[in-house]
Amino acid sequence: MLDVGRHPNIELLAYSEVEKVEGEAGDFKVTIRRKARYVEDDKCTGCGACAEKCPTVVSDAFNEGLGERRAIYSYFAQGIPSTHTIDADHCRQLNGKKCGICAKTCQAEAINFDQEDRVLELDVAGIIIAAGYDVFDPSLIPEYRYREIANVVTAIEFERLLSASGPTGGHMDRPSDRAVEAEIAGLEKKAEKSQKALSKLEEKFNEPSDQFYKKYQAGEYKDDEDRKKWADKYAAHLAVTEPLEVLKKKAEAFTVAKRLAFIQCVGSRDFRFYPFCSGYCCMHSIKEAIISHEHEPETTSSIFGMDIRAVGKGFEEYKIRGGNNSNITYVRGRVAEITEGPDNNPVVIYEDTRERKVKRQEFDMVVLATACAPTKGIAELAKTLGVELDKYNFIKTSSLSPVDSTTPGIFVCGCAESPMDVPESVAQASSAAERAAEIAFQTDLEKEKAVA
Amino acid sequence: MPEKKEDIRIGVFLCHCGSNIAGYLNMEELEEFSKKLPHVTFVMRNLYTCSEGGINEIKKGIKEQNLTRVVVASCTPRTHEPLFRSSCGEAGLNPYLFEMVNIRDQCSWVHMKEQEDATNKAKDLIRMGVAKSALLEPQESIMSEVQVRALVIGGGIAGMTSALALANRGFEVVLVEREETLGGLLNNLNKLGPTMMEASELVEEKTRAVTGHSNITLFTNAKVTEVQGFIGKYNVDIETESGVKKIDIGVIVLATGGRAFVPEGLYNYDGKHVVTQLEMEKLLKDGLEPDIRNVVMIQCVGSRNQERPYCSRICCQTAVKNAMLIREQNPDAKVSILYRDMQMYGVENEEMFRDSKAKGVRYINYDPANPPEVEPDKVRVYHALLGRDMDLPADLVVLSTPLVSQEDAGATSRLLRVPVDENGFFLEAHVKLKPLDFATDGIFLCGSAHFPANIREAVAQGLGAASRASIPLSKGSVVVEPIISVLADEDACRGCGLCVALCPYGALEVQKTEKGRKVHVIDVACKGCGVCAATCYQHALSINSFTDKQIEAQIEAFLN
Repeated sequence: MLDVGRHPNIELLAYSEVEKVEGEAGDFKVTIRRKARYVEDDKCTGCGACAEKCPTVVSDAFNEGLGERRAIYSYFAQGIPSTHTIDADHCRQLNGKKCGICAKTCQAEAINFDQEDRVLELDVAGIIIAAGYDVFDPSLIPEYRYREIANVVTAIEFERLLSASGPTGGHMDRPSDRAVEAEIAGLEKKAEKSQKALSKLEEKFNEPSDQFYKKYQAGEYKDDEDRKKWADKYAAHLAVTEPLEVLKKKAEAFTVAKRLAFIQCVGSRDFRFYPFCSGYCCMHSIKEAIISHEHEPETTSSIFGMDIRAVGKGFEEYKIRGGNNSNITYVRGRVAEITEGPDNNPVVIYEDTRERKVKRQEFDMVVLATACAPTKGIAELAKTLGVELDKYNFIKTSSLSPVDSTTPGIFVCGCAESPMDVPESVAQASSAAERAAEIAFQTDLEKEKAVA
Repeated sequence: MPEKKEDIRIGVFLCHCGSNIAGYLNMEELEEFSKKLPHVTFVMRNLYTCSEGGINEIKKGIKEQNLTRVVVASCTPRTHEPLFRSSCGEAGLNPYLFEMVNIRDQCSWVHMKEQEDATNKAKDLIRMGVAKSALLEPQESIMSEVQVRALVIGGGIAGMTSALALANRGFEVVLVEREETLGGLLNNLNKLGPTMMEASELVEEKTRAVTGHSNITLFTNAKVTEVQGFIGKYNVDIETESGVKKIDIGVIVLATGGRAFVPEGLYNYDGKHVVTQLEMEKLLKDGLEPDIRNVVMIQCVGSRNQERPYCSRICCQTAVKNAMLIREQNPDAKVSILYRDMQMYGVENEEMFRDSKAKGVRYINYDPANPPEVEPDKVRVYHALLGRDMDLPADLVVLSTPLVSQEDAGATSRLLRVPVDENGFFLEAHVKLKPLDFATDGIFLCGSAHFPANIREAVAQGLGAASRASIPLSKGSVVVEPIISVLADEDACRGCGLCVALCPYGALEVQKTEKGRKVHVIDVACKGCGVCAATCYQHALSINSFTDKQIEAQIEAFLN
């Protein structure tokens, strides 16, 4: 990413979309819309001072909604370019309210609320599609109860929980526990506020609230309006602190998730959704299980799958190492259902095909290995570019021309073509660059010929 | 003329990085501290040294304060060193008289709650950087010409694809194939999944393109016997039928493929009733005997075991394809595939897998702890779903054996000075980020020489390796940062060659000189990793900008 950002031959047009493509291989005219960031990219140094001061809190898409960001933000800390962006849907200033704190904070004077979309045209010889994929939404599978059971998460959400820069600082805190902790924090704030009000009254009447309250309940101060207000306030305070104590007690027992289940083929190899195999999910489940074990050596993981497809270089060895050194058990079977047991523990119901038994097993957290879904905008992009899609909405290629789309001069690499892992994507990116270079080179040759 | 000590004028620029640094360190204190360091004549604090304003201050400092060294204490050299270096260069100071001190990632960010200690640590870091910078010497970038000609070793599908891609770009290509004909393993295949195209058609098409291409010089029945040199300047000997050819080469693509494992002694293999998938290809090509009615295939024969732990990736797809072709030729034939995991990854493979089930191919999972037994006319297997042993009648048993590395992979590895992994496959520079490169610049890798690959993958990798190889070819030269190893003390070198053996990049060689055997650094191949300098008993080798003296100065500065 860094290399791309500073390569003299690369013009990076982030936060931009292709609107129109005309012409043919060797001579395309491409219309691109650069969306308004409301931040001048030549002035912004990416320091983040604006985001620190911005008062508007928004759910953080990069952290899969598990964390928060501000209305002015960079997608993630190391993002390239580091230029910040104002989220026009949430920014107070852009929605007619008084604010502009970011502009006052920014010492580089990079904020420009009047910035508009810019449209530019480019002449290019070849086009490479590297639009990637989307994570399949597992809430479409009713029997897995994703979003109903807090501790059933997707692999990418789990990835954020594992990350040292993620919302839990890399601790395997369970979403249900995090929800309780958030509730505690909210109640504590309330309790602090009501305590403040009570303290004033205690000072005024020179008596602790609880002592007074006992007397009040016993029937003293019947006609004292001021003391009645005090009593009401104290009752309201108790209504906060009592459940707070209960929750705190509950939270004392919280530990990080140590019993993990990984469920393979969630949305893939499934006729209801995507019949194909997403290729990389077996490996990322093994990786996540190994890293969890590194974080917390008591962690045990069960990986439920029909086949464990560890087919790349060193992959089978990695899988075996995970079993031997990282407490991973590989269970051959497709999970039928997930239910919720005591303590918000998900319960996995499956048939162990080796033992021919239907089993139930309780876990602290369940991770769904979601399918590689064609990215949402791909149909529109394909239409703009005039390339065909296959029946699943991946860019159509053939096995002897694996990076050529159906339109000459337009190439594809990575998961826009079909599901693949990092090394394959990197190799394919080079392949697409090669094909595009052949076109660009031919153009030069022909141009020379034309001049001669 | 060595620089006199009093001529050294060091400028220190302290970056606030907004609040990333200034929010946690006492910057005024650092400024006062820096002013008192030896040779420091100018100190300035910047909100962002990397911003246009900050860069201008550095340039102004060099010009107006006559600075002869610049030290920036800020973030990480990973992101900003190139910018600061080139800014020094633009102001007329040799870019290698610049030193960077990381007081953010390795200081303010990790000690956010300890302002005093963190400020003291930053002082140590700055003092060390300043001490080193006083000893820095100017360096010049190294440029070397590239012979615009590629050598592709191996004429299978990966090698042919790579050669054609490079040739289409207008580069001269020398393609060396040791067999009489091009095509490699493809010559032994019948039809190719999932399209069921005839393998021979693909070989013919590609062979025609290769032999007809004016930019490709093809040597069949030939072998590369000697490779000397480095990126841009390889001298290669090719043994051909008409004698040894000596050719100058700029870059090399290795596409030597793999070979099918022969399962001697496993499952009663005899090559007749019990055959390999590769032999099955021939049976199908020749037309199956009509009396073959029961076929049993066994997966993972000779792979995913103690001896060969890897999964060979392509055998499951081969088995599924051949199972369907058997059913096509003998529609009444029963075909069962005994497997551990069906490795039908991706879109096309899984589709073929489903298709085969619809076409009546049967699949039975087996446990390697309780493997199938091949008996005359039948195969016995424990059927987990039924919970009992099962006898499958078998006129023909087909064993899916892995693709293994070439027998001479070790020799090739020594010839090109590139590594192989524990399975004998060639080892790429980086598993994820550089799958088609070797650590040594100028040599690239594709196809089953790297790891078993199907046609689609081999073609993609062949194109990709060509892309990587074309970069030095199209530039016509390589430019290397001068932070590399130098033979600083020639007299001390005994020519022992220890460093040569340890250099991971093939950047060192021992040469005969008037003073005896001495090591020579191939500067364009050197990456400045420092292994040689650390190894040399005589302290004869040194790394530019990381000399012993410079590092000792840093250590001393830290201890004082």
